[in-house]
Amino acid sequence: MLDGTPLTWTLPNAVAGTMVLSLNAYVLLGGADFGGGVWDLLARGRRADDQRALIAKAIAPIWEANHVWLILVVVLLFTCFPKAFAHLATELHVPITAMLVGIVLRGSAFTFRTYDSRQDHVQRRWGRIFSIASLLTPIVLGVCLGAVAGGRLPMRPTAVLATVSFQARFVDPWMASPFAWAVGLMTLMLFAFLAASYLTVEAPDDALRAVFRRRALQSQGALLVVAAVTLAFARADNPLLFEGLTRGRTAVFMHAVTVLAVIVSCWSLLTSRFHVARVAAAAQATFLLWGWAWTQFPWLIPPDHTIEELAAPRITLTLILGALAIGTMILLPSFVYLFRVFKAGETAFGDEGQVG
Amino acid sequence: MSDLMFARSQMAMSLAFHIIFAVVGIAMPAMMVIAEGRWLRSRDPVMLELAKRWAKGTAILFAVGAVSGTVLSFELGLLWPSFMEHAGAIIGMPFSLEGFAFFTEAIFLGIYLYAWKRIPPRAHFAAGVVVAVSGALSGAFVVCANAWMNAPTGFTIVDGVVTNVDPLAAMFNKAAPAQIVHMTLAAYASTGFAVAGIHAYALRRGTPHRAFHRGALQIALAVGLPAALLQPLSGDWSARDVAERQPVKLAAMEGHLRTGPAAFVIGGWPNGETLEHTGAIEIPGALSWLLRGDAQAVVPGLDAVPVADRPPVAIVHTAFQLMVACGSVMAALALWGLWRWWQRRQQRGIALPDDRRFLLAVLLCAPLGFIALEAGWTVTEVGRQPWIVQDFMRTADAVTPMPGLGVTFALFTALYIGLALTVAFLMWRQILKTGIAPRPSNMTGELAIPRGLSQTAPRP
Repeated sequence: MLDGTPLTWTLPNAVAGTMVLSLNAYVLLGGADFGGGVWDLLARGRRADDQRALIAKAIAPIWEANHVWLILVVVLLFTCFPKAFAHLATELHVPITAMLVGIVLRGSAFTFRTYDSRQDHVQRRWGRIFSIASLLTPIVLGVCLGAVAGGRLPMRPTAVLATVSFQARFVDPWMASPFAWAVGLMTLMLFAFLAASYLTVEAPDDALRAVFRRRALQSQGALLVVAAVTLAFARADNPLLFEGLTRGRTAVFMHAVTVLAVIVSCWSLLTSRFHVARVAAAAQATFLLWGWAWTQFPWLIPPDHTIEELAAPRITLTLILGALAIGTMILLPSFVYLFRVFKAGETAFGDEGQVG
Repeated sequence: MSDLMFARSQMAMSLAFHIIFAVVGIAMPAMMVIAEGRWLRSRDPVMLELAKRWAKGTAILFAVGAVSGTVLSFELGLLWPSFMEHAGAIIGMPFSLEGFAFFTEAIFLGIYLYAWKRIPPRAHFAAGVVVAVSGALSGAFVVCANAWMNAPTGFTIVDGVVTNVDPLAAMFNKAAPAQIVHMTLAAYASTGFAVAGIHAYALRRGTPHRAFHRGALQIALAVGLPAALLQPLSGDWSARDVAERQPVKLAAMEGHLRTGPAAFVIGGWPNGETLEHTGAIEIPGALSWLLRGDAQAVVPGLDAVPVADRPPVAIVHTAFQLMVACGSVMAALALWGLWRWWQRRQQRGIALPDDRRFLLAVLLCAPLGFIALEAGWTVTEVGRQPWIVQDFMRTADAVTPMPGLGVTFALFTALYIGLALTVAFLMWRQILKTGIAPRPSNMTGELAIPRGLSQTAPRP
């Protein structure tokens, strides 16, 4: 809300809101899968293998489904804001390529580990690729978002672009932005924090629960530090963004609810109320994301292109929203079913699947 | 190589890689659901084993398909930003529907793979059906978008600006029906043949698990043979469609270089600039007759457009012939198989043909479907060049201004080669070797479900 533009119910805004919602789902679900990979990498101690097994079990049935939220964001972007998509895919070619390599390695290494030989060295090799890719991919994702939010990617006329060097056009906007890297690091911490918070609920015994409680608290601490650094960089880097982040009633409100979520998260972790901690962690991530979205509104590509002006024709937006509505009616019950099946534990059908 | 060629090569490689996994994601679920359906009806443990084994294979291939599909959705913008800038609003619709179909497939595949013990058998079967149906749907949606590039519609261009966008008209473009049918049949035929080949190999080699492999062969053939039999008809439909809307592509496919009554050209190496053939067998008038029912009918040749607007005719012609050749052999095998099937049923009441000669033929035909699939996509895509959107936008105008695309091309080449080798190795070691080993293995026992879940402790 940099210039105080009031939020109005327009089609482009509705689609943009849907994209943030989809990104929100990706952060809460897919992000936690990335975080799981980070904790796989950092698994230490006598029960390191149990930690890894727990993480694998939490990720296995649902990671592909979780992953589709990112594809949905991309598809919505190129259908409803094709100019923005073309622009970002061009200017951020290098980091997006790096992110894709990370996504491919992480997904396939995880699957290969799940299905490859049980021997330890084979498992370790796939596990190493999976966890390192899980560590790097969120950073790059965050760097891309940070470069956009920081207004580093203005749309420039072709005549101007002809005079810009490769370095200045394709590398510097994200590489030379401390703010973008801070956002990258923050994304990583957030994903790790989410994963640890979720795993406290899913852990089968108290010892593992204690491990992930400690992890959750540590990553929460790191997250808060990085968030403060990010804010400082925003101030130095991009005063306009900083102003949006700190001024106005809405900004203050978003900060207030985020802080509340942080307090509830820490309190519930310390007092071992893990179900509360899981909800609080998800709420914290959600508020953080919507806080950013709110700050950036009405700009899609700051500093000078709004959601409205980059939007596709009305008919496309209407149809897409219609398709989304119908799709959601199929998807939501499916998702509820998926989570109920896997979070409810085993039932009496154990014998049906067995062969005598 | 120019950046444009690197971009095209990278896209071609990504598509060629992804399409194998996409196709398997369409057809394998159908086969595993048939096996499970038979298990539910007959309680034949072999069928359950089969469903589980196929599900395991599907899981590996589906995961690779999911990540390579993600790469593609980004690559549309990374490599062809101007194309997406103009086409996104027009053809985004089928892509977003595909997103939902894929979502549904991923969710229910997760349930199918990991919930054998968690939900009632009928619900589990239903989950499998959802996977198979949504897999086929997601393929159809993507083909819709591709068909639009061949038969662009649903917009007008006024002073170089795209207006009057009609996403529904674009989605239901005229090229879509023929392409969707052709592609879906190709998915079932190629996967069915490949799986049938694996089990034919085991049966020929001799195995203690005859019942298992016979059951597998039966289902694979039941999926692959009818599709292969229908495919020539669908191909004829596609060719007429292309002749109507993309005469230059058809001319390149058939190696028909000069406008006039068209011969059917077999083999040869056509040259698009000199308009000469080297070493081709020609049946005069045959193509005109096939297309119009009149051997003298005039068919536009490659010379109908200037050199700059001609696709690389030698590649398109060769790929097309390769596809037709593979398809013909597969259709012939299908005819033979159905004939033997019927014959044996009359004689002995045993339907499945499993004499050694037939098994050898099935084994030899195993890769043909996938070869035809890749060749067919080469025809569609290379045959449309130099256009990315037929008659509206050139591929050269769509490519990203980002220099040094050779680097990303090399990167993705290495990545895909590594992935392909790993998948091949894994399929061999984890699925095939245990299935076709001459020594008895634990064929009817519970499959090792991934480590995490096999250790699931009962929770309160």
